[in-house]
Amino acid sequence: MIPNVAPAPADSAEPTAAAVLPKALRQSAVKKFSGSKLFASPASVAGVIWLAVLVAASLTAPLWLPYKTEDQDFTAVLSGPTAAHWLGTDELGRDILSRIFASAAGTLGTSMITVMVAVGLGTTLAMLAAAAGDRVETVISRVTEVMMSLPGTVIILAVIGAVGTNIPLIMAILGVLISAGMYRVMLGQAKSLQSQLYVDAAKVDGVSTLGISLRHVLPGLANTIVVQSALIFAVGMLIQAGLAFIGFGPPIPEPSWGGMIQGASQNVYNAPWLMVPTGAVLALTVLSANAIGNALGKAPNATASHLPSAAARRRRAKAVAAIAAAAPAPNDSAKNTLSVCNLSVGVDSDGAGHGVRLVTDVSFDVEPGTVLGLVGESGCGKTMTALSLLGLLPSGVSVTGGQILWNGRNLAAATDKDMEGVRGREVALISQEPMRALDPMFTVGYQLTAAIRRLRGMGRAEAKAEALGLLEKVGIVDAARILKTYPHQISGGMAQRVAIALALSGRPRLLVADEPTTALDVTVQAEILSLLRGLVKDTGMSVVMVTHDLGVVADLCDQVAVMYAGEVVENGRTDSILDNPRHPYTLALLAADPHANHAADMPERLATISGQVPQPKDWPSTCRFAARCQFAGSACMVPVPLLPSGTGDGLVRCVKADELAVEGLDWVATDVPSHHVLNLVEAGTAPAGPAKAPAGLERRTVEKDHA
Amino acid sequence: MSTTTSVRPDAQRPAAAQPLLDVKDLVVRYGRGRKAAAAPAAVDRVNFSIAPGETVGLVGESGSGKSTIGKAILGLQKVSGGTITYEGKDITSAGVSQRRALGSELRAVFQDPNSSLNPRNTVGSSLAEPLRLRGVGAADARQRAEDMLERVGLPRDAVDRYPSQFSGGQRQRISVARALICDPKLVVCDEAVSALDLSTQAQVLNLLADLRDERGLGYLFIAHDIAVVQFLAQRVVVLYRGQVMESGPAAAVTENPRHPFTQALVAASPVPRPAEQAARREARESLGVRTGAAAVPAPGGCPFRLRCPLATDLCATERPALRTVGGSAVACHYA
Repeated sequence: MIPNVAPAPADSAEPTAAAVLPKALRQSAVKKFSGSKLFASPASVAGVIWLAVLVAASLTAPLWLPYKTEDQDFTAVLSGPTAAHWLGTDELGRDILSRIFASAAGTLGTSMITVMVAVGLGTTLAMLAAAAGDRVETVISRVTEVMMSLPGTVIILAVIGAVGTNIPLIMAILGVLISAGMYRVMLGQAKSLQSQLYVDAAKVDGVSTLGISLRHVLPGLANTIVVQSALIFAVGMLIQAGLAFIGFGPPIPEPSWGGMIQGASQNVYNAPWLMVPTGAVLALTVLSANAIGNALGKAPNATASHLPSAAARRRRAKAVAAIAAAAPAPNDSAKNTLSVCNLSVGVDSDGAGHGVRLVTDVSFDVEPGTVLGLVGESGCGKTMTALSLLGLLPSGVSVTGGQILWNGRNLAAATDKDMEGVRGREVALISQEPMRALDPMFTVGYQLTAAIRRLRGMGRAEAKAEALGLLEKVGIVDAARILKTYPHQISGGMAQRVAIALALSGRPRLLVADEPTTALDVTVQAEILSLLRGLVKDTGMSVVMVTHDLGVVADLCDQVAVMYAGEVVENGRTDSILDNPRHPYTLALLAADPHANHAADMPERLATISGQVPQPKDWPSTCRFAARCQFAGSACMVPVPLLPSGTGDGLVRCVKADELAVEGLDWVATDVPSHHVLNLVEAGTAPAGPAKAPAGLERRTVEKDHA
Repeated sequence: MSTTTSVRPDAQRPAAAQPLLDVKDLVVRYGRGRKAAAAPAAVDRVNFSIAPGETVGLVGESGSGKSTIGKAILGLQKVSGGTITYEGKDITSAGVSQRRALGSELRAVFQDPNSSLNPRNTVGSSLAEPLRLRGVGAADARQRAEDMLERVGLPRDAVDRYPSQFSGGQRQRISVARALICDPKLVVCDEAVSALDLSTQAQVLNLLADLRDERGLGYLFIAHDIAVVQFLAQRVVVLYRGQVMESGPAAAVTENPRHPFTQALVAASPVPRPAEQAARREARESLGVRTGAAAVPAPGGCPFRLRCPLATDLCATERPALRTVGGSAVACHYA
């Protein structure tokens, strides 16, 4: 009789991994409860109007109702709708319309008691359990489990037996019983809010536990509270009607919805109409509450489905066809060489951001047995470029132009079915988060052998031997033991090795590695880089390595392409680019990297780049870095092509590259605060001491005083 | 360990007799009961001190207990043994009222700029919270919040905006502003820049250095990246499995590491110069440090012995004490 309240849709206390869509399209993280959500759907608008009318009509009932609730009209017993009685009369000739509306306020009001008790108690207990720690939580959880296992109907009937039909009291007790379910719904969310760093920050401030609960936890629960309230309100109303139906409603002459339905059920054969008005009003009211709850609980982006719409799929198919038609037939490029030409990736989903380009005109080649580094800050399109190689772009994003040539095929124009033949077998992926590549429900051995059997068509025993060999190949000493473990039982570094083994199971010729070492300790990172280097040497496969770490590039990559705001700004051999950067952005990245300096010559300040990477929709048609560049001038206000750089085989996208190379300019720390400049000048004018005055703006090196 | 041989010129201050913060024999164990008592402690008899205006870097791998030490100092983690003294006062198990008194002097900047500000509160209200708690009026608190935002390089009207309207680097600046708004003496920075991109990381590091020089702050700078620590810290403490392996002046520890683990850690940090990196790689491989995936060592002895190229039977039986080698203190029988 007491239904379990469905858990609210997972509200995001923390921003969920919103990697699905590019940052430009991410919606504001502030999901404030707002009226706009309530009025977004027609159903909830109707619900709000219905409840408002019902309450208003009920409260003003004495002023306008045609009859008193107990007035009997014996001339029209059990009549249908007539001019005198719009909704007909019951078996005693009482006016249905009057009785329904006169009792509405009472029914709604007492249902609110259930809501307030259930939500108030449940929320308070959840916040208490989340704040007070494990022991308190255990006690409260056990108590609520007992409450949930109690037969609610029996308890309510027992209360009625003891104290009579005291409706407010019964509804309050019902609220207590439902509060156990509320506590369950709220606890997880309260705990997740309680573990946020801003709660830690408040604790450091000395905010009391109560203060933290009220200020930082409760507002985060507001959305769930509102949604659950609407649902419990509907439940309370139904149960109240149910009780009245079995005779435990308000004392007899007083009207109640449940009582009226009960009366109607006794006359269901001779006066079927009687059931209609009360039933309809009750159903509408419950529906209204549910519609409001649904509208309030809907996540802001719930309208955007994860699956591409049919229109989006058609559009993509058309784009693929257009790319295939526009591109010249792939010429016979060398075997196992990846050649990306003028690749563009853009947003093709409906709504905001449609047509925004996330990657523009990116070109690079990867020879067999070499490693290409794609390097740059976040938001520069590195990952989008890498994912397009595998046809794994998130939904709503697709290749809008250019070619990805691989063994005589254009992967940019390949269908999903074609890509299935390529992914895993010829081109494989390792990602930043190794645990994401591994299913926690299955052992490492099961996942590896399944992949080997699928990709290589081997038998079970053969695949198992191959799995063992793969694990040994990625440097796992006790491979037999690791095969039997579950992913959560191994360390992050071990998991990344397993993920690499999984990627190697189809013997790919190209490995796309998306920040494979970013989440690992440096000591483990060094081991994984050595492993990748060894694999490239032994198997002759090539690697496209996405990273933001210039040290990783220096360690592993043969070639590097520096990306900024969706385009390659500089590419070429790793040693020539890192030792002699030509593009100001590369210069700036190197100057900002504390790894580029020894402890002995660590600068007083690191160089920085003012501002931040612009959003894709704000990318200018002129040099995209000009707005942040120390060397930018009027010459930069034109579209800049990627041109051969003076030395080596590289290309650079900067009109001033040659000028900068000749003058040997350095990127300098610009955000020097005023007091700091003063200090430098003073240090320079002081005759004693080895500190030198900064020699102009270009080459400022400040020597440290090792006093 | 209390000597600071290499100090930035403008960070040098008259040496105070009393350290700002003193951590003595700190032990932290997770969990309760017999099982927890038998497991190796998350933090195992750690000692270090921070002088006023000094920056101490705490480095180590994940699971080395560096963040736990920070949390213990901030009162966010229960301490199982040892003492934490702040300006001579024992704050090891300070209650809410003592924490509140301390809260304006001892503050924190956390790693994740997405979660360290309440997304439902305006920036101004987050910044004002610590001030309001100490009885500063609303108008005054707003004024100070605006001033502080300006100091960290953000517009004054940011007070009325929400954290989601700022980028990761800007949010980290707001976190720094929040930590510094009530003029603290010591700030615990727990991986404060590791979630940021290179150029933003440099901005925040510069800001932290400037504010330190401006206000004479002390930092406990917790990070896994030894190069970042090296930029900011005067002294470095290297942790492994909850124990101090090496501590000393930043330049000595990073340029001339004595402990095999520190050597491995420094050698593993890649530099963006291909030729030098190739040499470093060879040096690292010749160290002979074994992979960390090996089994957890039994308690007692040196925690690093299963990976250490120098380990002998002595290392399994006797925990090496910190002893002075060169300018540093090193916990190794053979360093």
